[in-house]
Amino acid sequence: MRDKTTTAEQVATGLRSGMTLGIGGWGSRRKPMALVRAVLRSGITDLTVVSYGGPDVGMLAAAGRIRRLVTPFVTLDSIPLEPHYRAARERGALTLAEMDEAMFLWGLRAAAHRLPFLPVRAGLGSDVMRINPDLRTVTSPYEDGETFVAMPALRLDAALVHVNRADRSGNGQYLGPDPYFDDLFCAAADTAYVSCERIVDTAELTGQAPPQTLLIKRHTVTGVVEAPHGAHFTSCAPDYGRDESFQRTYATTPWPEFAARFLAGDDQAYRSAVGEGT
Amino acid sequence: MTGATRAEYCVVACAEAWRGDGEVLASPMGLIPSLGARLARLTFAPELLLTDGEALLVRPDGTPEGWLPYRQHLDLVTGGRRHVMMGASQLDRFGNQNISCIGDRERPRRQLLGVRGAPVNTLNNPTSYWIPRHSRRVFVERVDVVCGVGYDRAAGARYHRIPRVVSDLGVFDFATPDRSMRLASLHPGVTLGQVREATGFELTVPDEVPASRAPTAEELRLIRQVLDPAGARVREVAA
Repeated sequence: MRDKTTTAEQVATGLRSGMTLGIGGWGSRRKPMALVRAVLRSGITDLTVVSYGGPDVGMLAAAGRIRRLVTPFVTLDSIPLEPHYRAARERGALTLAEMDEAMFLWGLRAAAHRLPFLPVRAGLGSDVMRINPDLRTVTSPYEDGETFVAMPALRLDAALVHVNRADRSGNGQYLGPDPYFDDLFCAAADTAYVSCERIVDTAELTGQAPPQTLLIKRHTVTGVVEAPHGAHFTSCAPDYGRDESFQRTYATTPWPEFAARFLAGDDQAYRSAVGEGT
Repeated sequence: MTGATRAEYCVVACAEAWRGDGEVLASPMGLIPSLGARLARLTFAPELLLTDGEALLVRPDGTPEGWLPYRQHLDLVTGGRRHVMMGASQLDRFGNQNISCIGDRERPRRQLLGVRGAPVNTLNNPTSYWIPRHSRRVFVERVDVVCGVGYDRAAGARYHRIPRVVSDLGVFDFATPDRSMRLASLHPGVTLGQVREATGFELTVPDEVPASRAPTAEELRLIRQVLDPAGARVREVAA
């Protein structure tokens, strides 16, 4: 079996400016933050980011890396409004293609199924149609004749996700209560990178946990990164909860100061700065 | 009457949103709607399903009875067996709701949450609203971004319904010929003038405005002793 283990640095090296990048997790929950920090350290910019947004979006927006954002929301959950994203929006720093939560999911599903679109009963009547003038509708060919939004596939050049465990060939496992949409992000992408708390032997994946926890299949995965605490400061149940104290520091520190203090060095430097800072 | 506070009237007014809904998911957003949904579940709407706010369906005592991760929650929305009570940064007289941003969309004066699930909610299952501070900043003539769809934009939307809007001043619905907002009841101590003053559009007002239903003694016991013994509700609606 091919060994797909790699490093966050190498993942970022494989990405290019201008890509459409999908980021897994949800809000401030199980975000691939170690991979996002590697993107920040690289020179990659001009990204189209597709994400149920949290601090991943906040950091990339604050650093000026996002040209276009496709999202239904950006939130830190316990802090409803993401301050760095908000500041970026209020200075007009990025284009926002705002989608409904379900439209976004149908878009990922369409991409994963290699369909150009899926009909969805959401968006009509709302300003999502005005915000995204390229959206088209489709009428049922059956006797109901209902009109739907034809949600276009959200095809991704690359996906970044973080899970609890993975093996070296890219089988990824979540152990918390919610898989979020990480399997769909991987299936919708041309290349997908999975970071995990711990790389384990394949047999160990089902040693303690039921097979239903095996969310991500290796044929959808390009590279695997072992990144302990790699979702910090977002939650990664059951390995750890959200670091609320550090999230408050993130939310209340001006971006240049935060970046200088926590993001100037490598990931080892981040971890020790976090240790000192909290 | 039993000395119920304004916040307790609001809890009961929110609970009433789910009366008669049957075996559907109650999705409350915000503290007072959450108390309302659980109060309804414990009293007159025992068939309601509730979540723990994350991925579990739970009984009122917290015992898990089902699994509802976000992906299944979104599927459940489109299946329609749900009644959500959302918040609103802005709400207009036909029930269009905004939680996305204020001002110019390219460069907003105030970036808010984003459309979230408001478009899919309003086209698929009953959507009520909770406004903890009734003011002209919220109740506006026209919202800046239509997230939740109102009656004037819902032509052909077969599952669109806005059963009620609850604020700290009263209860509102759309039971008018043109489906514009109507005052359905006033909370005790609130005057009609106060509501008109705090509403940025023409509100239909019936000749006789009913008073919002008072909590029963059992409801007050549940709110005060079981659901919110720490009294967090006063932080959302002051007495």
